[in-house]
Amino acid sequence: MNLQDERPIFVQIAEYIEDGILSGAFPEDTQIPSTTEISVWYKINPATALKGINLLVDENIVYKKRGLGMFVSTGAAESIRRKRKKDFFDNYIDKVVTEAKKLGLTQEELAAMIERGYDR
Amino acid sequence: MKGIEVRSLDKNYGDVRALRNVSLTFEENKIYGLLGRNGAGKTTLLNTITGRIFPDSGDVLVDGEAALENDKAQQKTFMMSEKNFYPEGMKVKDAIKWTREFYPGFDEEYCRNLAEKFGLNTKKKIKSLSTGYGSIFKLILTLSTNAPYLFFDEPVLGLDANHRDMFYRALLEKYSDKPFTAVISTHLIEEVAGVIEEVVIIKKGEIIRNQSAEELLATGCTVSGTAAAVDSAIQGKTVLGVDSLGGLKTAYLAGEIDSSTLPAGIEIGKMDLQKLFIHLTNE
Repeated sequence: MNLQDERPIFVQIAEYIEDGILSGAFPEDTQIPSTTEISVWYKINPATALKGINLLVDENIVYKKRGLGMFVSTGAAESIRRKRKKDFFDNYIDKVVTEAKKLGLTQEELAAMIERGYDR
Repeated sequence: MKGIEVRSLDKNYGDVRALRNVSLTFEENKIYGLLGRNGAGKTTLLNTITGRIFPDSGDVLVDGEAALENDKAQQKTFMMSEKNFYPEGMKVKDAIKWTREFYPGFDEEYCRNLAEKFGLNTKKKIKSLSTGYGSIFKLILTLSTNAPYLFFDEPVLGLDANHRDMFYRALLEKYSDKPFTAVISTHLIEEVAGVIEEVVIIKKGEIIRNQSAEELLATGCTVSGTAAAVDSAIQGKTVLGVDSLGGLKTAYLAGEIDSSTLPAGIEIGKMDLQKLFIHLTNE
């Protein structure tokens, strides 16, 4: 996490947990770190950590097991992937095209660069 | 009512008005940042709340009870001060013993563990501690009291980066385990920005901001781009300050700006706590 990031900290916390789910660090039906662990690790207020986790609860990505903690929902990785694909245009393509225009790159040149990215 | 209520405090030192009609509430179980420039009145405010000095006028209530000259109310607060009030020759372990006498909830085992973690030698005389270990000794004492209202005046003064890191983590661990109210007065704003939930900004003895960190940060933004474009974009807005570098300009605004009507090449950024503080408290 990077506090210089423009986005609110709780959004970054939610994303960090999502990244963990996507990478397999937090498999389905296993427990994610507690509010306290996240708060102490990132040196942030527990209320902020809780707010981040609650974002994921609202999207059914994690769920609460009473008295135990928060667990990764079944199908969570798939639903994160679906959501991020939907946001891919706004979060990435839009920025790439804006920057390309600023530099005077043509559409063809940009397309060629993307092709090149796949060859790596 | 639970919490600390400060009502219309005034304090003058000669013709210096250290506190001017200060009223605010520290709610139960929240972490506050008390921010102000040197000489703004932070320490005077904390000293008044914890009964070390008397105000010229005004009241302090702890859980609804008048705090001045009230031992029961004072036992609910503990202040870690920047200054050292311990007698000559007193050892760290003696200070621990005396604090335990006054604070029945004092956790000795926790105190010992934390001292070990920070490498604090409790057999040393307090006066012989370095600035850093002087701070460490006082912050360990403060965290160990288990008082419901803890005041930290410059808690990380002289601490190296590792020890500062340990302090923030110890504070949050303790807070998560059993919540309390913490008021942290510090100049290292970037470091506490994520830790604090509420922000109080004091300027020349007056409270100029008192709200949640999230709300406060939402009240400002930065606008950057070429000087001409920025100038036209910020017309009619409340500008807190401006930085220029050649033909480029960044303006710091109070309030938000509608990004959909901006000319190309203008970038809107988020205000961080330190930037906002600097522009709010500049002369």
